[in-house]
Amino acid sequence: MQRLLEYESGCGLAGGWFMNGDTAAMVKKAGPGEDGPLLEVRGLKKYFPVTEGIIRRRIISQVKAVDGISFTIETGETMGLVGESGCGKTTTGLCILKLETPTAGTVLFRGEDLSTLNTRQMVPWRRKLQVIFQDPFSSLNPRMKVGRIIVDPIRVHRLIPDNHKQEARVAELLGLCGLSPGMADRYPHEMSGGQRQRVGIARALATNPEFIVCDEAVSALDVSIQAQIINLLEDLRDQLGITYLFISHDLSVVRHLCQRVAVMYLGRIVEMTTTEKLFKDPLHPYTRILLAAIPIPDPDIEAQRDFTPAQGEIPSPMAAPSGCVFHPRCPLAVAGCSRERPPLRELRPGHHVACTQVELNPIS
Amino acid sequence: MAILLEVTDLHTHFSTPFGTVKAVNGITYTVNEGETVAIVGESGCGKSVGALSIMGLIADPPGKIENGHIRFMGEDLLTLTDEQLRRLRGRRLAMIFQEPMTSLNPLLTIGRQLCESLQTHLGYTRTEAVNRAAELLAMVGIADGGRRLKQYPHHLSGGMRQRIMIALALACEPKLIIADEPTTALDVTIQAQILELMKALTRRLNVALILITHNLGVVARYADRVNVMYAGKIVETGTARQVYALPSHPYTLGLMRSVPRVDQARLQRLIPIPGQPPDLTRLGRGCSYGPRCDFKTDRCDDESPSLVETAAGQCSACWNTKAVADSLGGGS
Repeated sequence: MQRLLEYESGCGLAGGWFMNGDTAAMVKKAGPGEDGPLLEVRGLKKYFPVTEGIIRRRIISQVKAVDGISFTIETGETMGLVGESGCGKTTTGLCILKLETPTAGTVLFRGEDLSTLNTRQMVPWRRKLQVIFQDPFSSLNPRMKVGRIIVDPIRVHRLIPDNHKQEARVAELLGLCGLSPGMADRYPHEMSGGQRQRVGIARALATNPEFIVCDEAVSALDVSIQAQIINLLEDLRDQLGITYLFISHDLSVVRHLCQRVAVMYLGRIVEMTTTEKLFKDPLHPYTRILLAAIPIPDPDIEAQRDFTPAQGEIPSPMAAPSGCVFHPRCPLAVAGCSRERPPLRELRPGHHVACTQVELNPIS
Repeated sequence: MAILLEVTDLHTHFSTPFGTVKAVNGITYTVNEGETVAIVGESGCGKSVGALSIMGLIADPPGKIENGHIRFMGEDLLTLTDEQLRRLRGRRLAMIFQEPMTSLNPLLTIGRQLCESLQTHLGYTRTEAVNRAAELLAMVGIADGGRRLKQYPHHLSGGMRQRIMIALALACEPKLIIADEPTTALDVTIQAQILELMKALTRRLNVALILITHNLGVVARYADRVNVMYAGKIVETGTARQVYALPSHPYTLGLMRSVPRVDQARLQRLIPIPGQPPDLTRLGRGCSYGPRCDFKTDRCDDESPSLVETAAGQCSACWNTKAVADSLGGGS
């Protein structure tokens, strides 16, 4: 508690920035590490032990959920993290937020290494890093009214001491997310999926975060509602200068929202570049297969598309293939691919690819 | 092409403590032999309930088919006894569910589940059934069938389980398969594999398919005809080409506009449909889509529109189809 108070007094009343709408200035003047990227992930690994036996637990193997990934996110940028289930994208998000403790690697936020902080030391940083979860049904406490859900982080971080001002702030946050202030008196079960997701967003915004991890934040919503929420996320980015890590399996949404994209496969980043380059000129065979698999909502285009789906299944991360993890499914694979893990190299300016075959035989 | 399934004015309602939910509120459509018809709509629009009504799988209570006819291969399914319906299900009519995790029995081997329907419906002996089951597995692209038949569902991945579901559905060579969001729970690359497999097999075996989905891309790739549903009604129907090229209902148009597309220039902003879907216990007199509609006129509040032909083979339930067509006229 003491620590929190100290932190607060050093920082001023947080709600203020937001209310006078001077948020762009707020983002610029913030803290140390201003010149570098907002977030830098270096060699992040997260291994989960696989145990056997009930009384005497033995670790029999490991799931390499995230296996040595590095990337940076600049202030105000939206970075997409895409991949299929089990590729480690969610675990990456959780490791950044320290909701999982990384096995190895560092997470630098504004130059501060979050991975070395203990739970108490992490508290002031939690205010700056927030998260929006996929499932608006299970990520809100069903026993709390919406107002309470949103005010909770404000109270925990002691951002606004005055109760009336807290209420005003909740109303403001609801308004910002397109909900009427009267919604504060409702319970989550009285709302639709789209409204609940708006509450989840309002809660994430309550502490004036600089960085939000959106973990499949629009995946559970119907298309018409999904578009509403995507627009809302964009508006908030423009108004408040928030930086997002947008985790999703939906490439068309990622293309719409993100400036840069990293494609993950079985715990590794296989390709990372700007959204434009990735969609116009994908280099990694996995990215190409992913893009080809997206059906386009136009029967005329679909009729002309020559389409062969990817071969094989996604291997279990418990028994990841040796060398390049994609080699068993890869159309370009040669014998060497099963021996050596290809590093993520910058093959073209700003375009990183982990594939030795693409490196040797550049596709025009 | 002969008509295989004819659904006429089907109403399926559920009584709940909050009132009667009109989940399916008067739908009429046909499916021809060997054809793929997609039913598109958002959650709660009645697309699954409509399918379950055909299969006779509506739990009564709370559900009840209040009205309508479902004519399949010349018989009205709603007049059949449970026993007659049971003989038809799995034999002539099959269903593939969304969740390959929960729709297989976890306590029985794959082989047991596959052989069961072969033995009951086709009177195969145990050995015949096992041989046929192995053939079926090969057909859906599962190698090493003999070993797989002895495995349990938890031994298999999601994509594999969905292949098993397809093998189960095809086991007795049905005339019609209803696939309710068959690939929603699967990854993109696996989704593509499963849908390609379903397309190839339904074409080869001349099986009609009702494909229920919310994914407009999947519809474009696989469907011959489309029914768009909203709040328990079909609001637009036509060939996939027609509906995508010139949508004639404002809801269809709204759906098409609200999805970001990878094949087109990135939009500055998506155009969502404003508001929320209606509460199905409190549907008014007028058009259910009215409150969210850009083309709404006074008439929409008072009278609910029914399907009217706007082009050969394309129908729309909207009073203002002219205005919708005009809005598309110049630009797209």
